[in-house]
Amino acid sequence: MSIPDVAPDRSGADAASLYRTVRTIRRFEETVEELTAANEIPGTVHLYIGEEAVAAGVCAALRREDLITSTHRGHGHVIAKGAALGPMLAELMGRTNGLNHGRGGSMHVADLSLGVLGANGIVAGGIPFALGATWAAAQDGDNRVAAAFFGDGGLAQGLLHECMNWAALWQLPVIFVCEDNGYAVSLPASASAAGSPIARAESYGIAAEEVDGMDAEQVHAAASAAVERARAGDGPSYLHMKTYRFRGHHLGEAVLKLAYRTDEEIARWQQRDPALILASRIEPAVQVAIDEEVEKELTAAIEYARTGPLPDPRTATDYAYASGLRPRKGS
Amino acid sequence: MARVRYIEALSRALRDEMTADPRVVVLGEDVRQSLRRITFNLAMEFGEHRVIDTPLAEQAATGFATGAALLGWRPVLEFQVPSLLYVAFDQVINQAQKLSIMTGGQAKVPVTYIFPGSGARLGLAGQHSDHPYAILAQAGVKTVVPATPADAYALFRTAIRDDDPVAVFAPAALLGSREEVGDEIAPVPLGSARVHRAGTDVTLVAIGHLVPTARAVADRIAPSISVEVFDPRSIYPFDWDALRASVAKTGRLVVADDTGKTIGLAAEIIATIVEEIRLRATPRRVTRADVAVPFAPVLERAVLPQEEAILAAIIEVAGEAAAA
Repeated sequence: MSIPDVAPDRSGADAASLYRTVRTIRRFEETVEELTAANEIPGTVHLYIGEEAVAAGVCAALRREDLITSTHRGHGHVIAKGAALGPMLAELMGRTNGLNHGRGGSMHVADLSLGVLGANGIVAGGIPFALGATWAAAQDGDNRVAAAFFGDGGLAQGLLHECMNWAALWQLPVIFVCEDNGYAVSLPASASAAGSPIARAESYGIAAEEVDGMDAEQVHAAASAAVERARAGDGPSYLHMKTYRFRGHHLGEAVLKLAYRTDEEIARWQQRDPALILASRIEPAVQVAIDEEVEKELTAAIEYARTGPLPDPRTATDYAYASGLRPRKGS
Repeated sequence: MARVRYIEALSRALRDEMTADPRVVVLGEDVRQSLRRITFNLAMEFGEHRVIDTPLAEQAATGFATGAALLGWRPVLEFQVPSLLYVAFDQVINQAQKLSIMTGGQAKVPVTYIFPGSGARLGLAGQHSDHPYAILAQAGVKTVVPATPADAYALFRTAIRDDDPVAVFAPAALLGSREEVGDEIAPVPLGSARVHRAGTDVTLVAIGHLVPTARAVADRIAPSISVEVFDPRSIYPFDWDALRASVAKTGRLVVADDTGKTIGLAAEIIATIVEEIRLRATPRRVTRADVAVPFAPVLERAVLPQEEAILAAIIEVAGEAAAA
């Protein structure tokens, strides 16, 4: 019997453990897709389906006390870093038993106790937190590493380059993880970033590598080398993950009928589904057992989220200030 | 007792907080050399790990401060020029300011943004003459504009100790001002106004460097018109209770503020009061023109709120009541 607000250990890095994390994210996202369509999740969501190997492989290379900054497509990162599915889903459903008590939702889901410094609704917006946080940890004598996730669209943001420059200057233990899923919404990656992102990182003196982002074991190997460099004081790394999202930019995309990519292209990438790649490396019986465990965890999470109380409207301005200051009301 | 300059008061506040709390660090551009003089000698006293020169990357520096704050540090980030806030705007109002509510109270961001040399200072023109405090207040960022050295000392310390982002604006026109202060300066909480001069006919709200101007106006017009000089000190949170009490007594209101008129702080102050209190005369505001500060000194003066305009507003408001 799984306990909905306690996550199972997701720190293993063998194929079976990585498969479990990938499968967990996949099934979570499929559930989120259904619950959004059924209006049980308000707003929209940016699904991570197809990209799960990146979060699984990178986070398996991190310790619990290590840090991540995430993106608008952040569910996978937060789960891989160790969040329990119940409070994750409850947050997406705007419940008080959600990770952020229903104040953040999909784009701001965070669990600071797991070193998750937040998903972020602004492209590249969370990356500088990784600099200050790793610097602060080092001042405290803690050798904590941070992985800063962003997409190929983030390569065009000036803030990313401010951060890569700074992290290289100070040799900060930050791993810049570019999830190149081919498109910034509808803009092809080739129209986002000029030249070579790898060469760009190297020009800052940052160790850089292109990685098959569909293969969680390759992701893990590259991330582990980067973590080792960071932990040894050898500074930041840049990992360019070639990956693909199987769904639209967000769930509204299906309604808009955008036509920036073909069904053939999607089908081609789906042949390299990160779950299938890992499944081919483990015993079928092991896979079946993991799948069953994941379903149990998910069922418990749905129950936990659905039975969570909705917030009282009178608490709408709670948490606005850490000091407890009450903001002025609108009427 | 000693005569202390405003800028020295800020420096002393920072030194005292760095002494009291080893997790207070100051970051900014040229802070080790102390171009702005707030961090004068601090690198020598506390070491370069607590007085940190950043690259010229205001967005990254603001986010860096947020990240350090999330790990329990108390960074003070100096913006060498107030309008550099615009470069870092997302990181202030959309990240640091919102993290507490967005995370459901998990995140605390005890960062202080210090803006030395806010506002026009004769000849710095369009991009170096703004006071972006009203914009921050509209975004709900705790924002103070101390008008005296003692208040600068006290409010800077309060800001550093606060668990939320707080912006401290030090008006350029006041940095050289002096005041007799004792060895101990009483703390001042956020959201606490100060009446510099009591009066019975008109409440004159003045912000920052317009406080001494307002006092001069009150001196000139006394005793024919008795002006109460009201300094909010804190723009957000604002001490509405104290302003209500003042206006309930005088029944007349003039607001002098050196930021833009349109959708501005003066409009907000007047709107809040007239929603609640029936005034005896139409309120007036004296603000900066809705324009970038032009370079030539005669033009700069023409767009900034001046003593004569404040005096004229007082006479008009008091006169209208007298005629009624």
